[in-house]
Amino acid sequence: MMDRVPQEYVFPLDDYIQTGVHWVVDEWRPFFQALRWPIAKVLDVTLDSLVFMPFWGVVAVLLVLGWRLADIRAGITAALSFTVIAFLGLWDEAMISLSILITSVVFCVIVGVPLGILAGRSNMFWAFLRPILDTMQTTPSFVYLVPVVMLFGIGTVPGVIATIIFSMPPIIRLTNLGLRQVPADAIEAGEAFGATEWQTLVRIRMPMAMPSIMAGLNQTLLMALVMSVIISMIGAEGLGLTVLRGIGALDVGLAGIGGLSIVLIAISLDRITQGLGQPRKSAGDQKGFIGRIGRAAQLRRSAA
Amino acid sequence: MTEKLKVEGLYKVYGERPEEAMRLIREGADPDTIREQTGQVAAVIDASFKVDEGEIFTIMGLSGSGKSTLVRCLNRLIEPTRGKIILDGQDILQHSKSEMRATRRRKISMVFQNFALLPHKTVFDNVQLGLSLRGESREHCEKAATDALAQVGLSGWSDRYPDDLSGGMKQRVGLARALASDPDILLMDEPFSALDPLIRDELQRELLKLQREIKKTIIFITHDFQEAVKLSDHLAVMRDGRFVQVGTPQDIVFRPFDTYVKNFSREMDRGRVLTAAMLADAFETVRVAPTARAADAAAALDAAGRPFALVETPSGAVQGYVGRSDLSRTGGTVSDAMNDLSAKLASDEIVGNAYDRFQPNRPVAVVTPDQRVTGLVTADDVLGFLAGKTMPDLRLVAERAPVHAPTPAYQEANP
Repeated sequence: MMDRVPQEYVFPLDDYIQTGVHWVVDEWRPFFQALRWPIAKVLDVTLDSLVFMPFWGVVAVLLVLGWRLADIRAGITAALSFTVIAFLGLWDEAMISLSILITSVVFCVIVGVPLGILAGRSNMFWAFLRPILDTMQTTPSFVYLVPVVMLFGIGTVPGVIATIIFSMPPIIRLTNLGLRQVPADAIEAGEAFGATEWQTLVRIRMPMAMPSIMAGLNQTLLMALVMSVIISMIGAEGLGLTVLRGIGALDVGLAGIGGLSIVLIAISLDRITQGLGQPRKSAGDQKGFIGRIGRAAQLRRSAA
Repeated sequence: MTEKLKVEGLYKVYGERPEEAMRLIREGADPDTIREQTGQVAAVIDASFKVDEGEIFTIMGLSGSGKSTLVRCLNRLIEPTRGKIILDGQDILQHSKSEMRATRRRKISMVFQNFALLPHKTVFDNVQLGLSLRGESREHCEKAATDALAQVGLSGWSDRYPDDLSGGMKQRVGLARALASDPDILLMDEPFSALDPLIRDELQRELLKLQREIKKTIIFITHDFQEAVKLSDHLAVMRDGRFVQVGTPQDIVFRPFDTYVKNFSREMDRGRVLTAAMLADAFETVRVAPTARAADAAAALDAAGRPFALVETPSGAVQGYVGRSDLSRTGGTVSDAMNDLSAKLASDEIVGNAYDRFQPNRPVAVVTPDQRVTGLVTADDVLGFLAGKTMPDLRLVAERAPVHAPTPAYQEANP
């Protein structure tokens, strides 16, 4: 026992953390409850509309979405995958998982893109943010669960919060990267024609960073998918819980179809969002938002 | 010609401590010494010039001579260290940020070497960039963009993306974009340098053609001496951040300030620069009356060392010409040996475009717009110029001094 530090010299960091977190929980309860609220709302609305639709309605939406955003193959892949899930009898769980994913990604974009823009515009902010992102990305996913449970409790909404935090870094990083990769001559051209800072950002930097931001969205989505399974351990519902229950009960069949459904969702969503990076002949001819995303996708391909 | 843009004593020093570099510049140090001693880079040193409305003013220099920095100082994409840039009587270096933005939106636009088109926008949207940035109405934007595309011959390409276009076409789009906002001044930073020679030549000619219609004031940057000579009304030769010489292409080619400038024109076809007026100026014109004795006329020609004399009545009416050999064959008056003057050159004509008018043993008359004959020149005279003769009585661009003369520091350094 000579190699151990005597008990009275051990630094009681665990006690301090415990006390600190308790203090935060007691004093900041209204703040954390306020944070919960918008997330819970978006989650509810998303889930309600997914459940409100018949299963073939959701399948049809995915088909069209995949087709418009990527190509018809992505649409068919997504439609087939969800049909299989429906016939596996896990439709409700799948819809819960899907709404957790959608909610997480929505908040990741709302928070992550502006952070990425700030990071891309300010070296000081990036120097501050970068070590945080590095730490976040090397932190095992389980570790996120502890503070979340302490601060927000257990259940689906705290699960979504953990998912948002866990899957935020890629979109911040790639927004930052995309903005920094915009060719200097394009920015100079904007300036030479009298663009304001804001006009340069909205009309030149952001559109040209879009391929990179889309790649960030894809990565964020896949990380959210991983986390949406893990959060079943803090009581979040969805396919993760199905798998967890299957493992708990040594029900290999249940765990198997749960796992299969997760894989199918992953493939579908990855195809659709990665499809933004696939070549697409007609994309350039389309007007409006979809066309612009398609255009961005083409650029991403030619940049690669 | 009204003066559009005047630049006075413009300096640009890159680095944290420009004052030190400025001090060394005053002491006459060259950029290499400045960089070694202070770590500052003096890119533009005491540039002064004037540009008249509607002219093409070229700044010619090799890479690293500071020309791209200089042109970016003119619209303050790069902030000059010191100096004045007077546009329409106002020093734009005194402009606030928003005034400068307004100037860029309305008065100065730019064409870039690497086109700098926005790949996510259609050709049409690229062209109307400047207009939409300044918030013009949709109709105005569309009309101006359509017109500008037509001017550069790209109607029908509106809906394409820059990636679909060849280099030459991209630069046409770049030009259309600059023209669409109807600026007073067009800054062109090596616009044709990235293009292959045939396309470059085509675009140069089109630019000149277009310029005859639009009459913009153009500041053109290039490292290509031929291009500079072809396009410019006036050109400045830049070296190590300083102007070596400013003048017309004729000045630069035929009255080079030093061997540095002279070396640029060594390879070029000097006939493309030579004007008939210069040729006429270079040689004495012997004028004789038709009633004069042939022997007197011959003596006058011998004294001047010229082969032909212009036959003119005392009131100034041109009758024809006589040759030295014709005169020795006749004993009478000049009119006996006189020939008709059939070959003529307008005084602003480029001699290189009119070689076919020079016949052996016959002079060509140089005629001013008001039909005065200012000289009789021969193929031999032209050959003398082409062979590298420089103007004997070199006044260094005196007519545009003081702003156009080489900077004193440069003159001292390169006596």
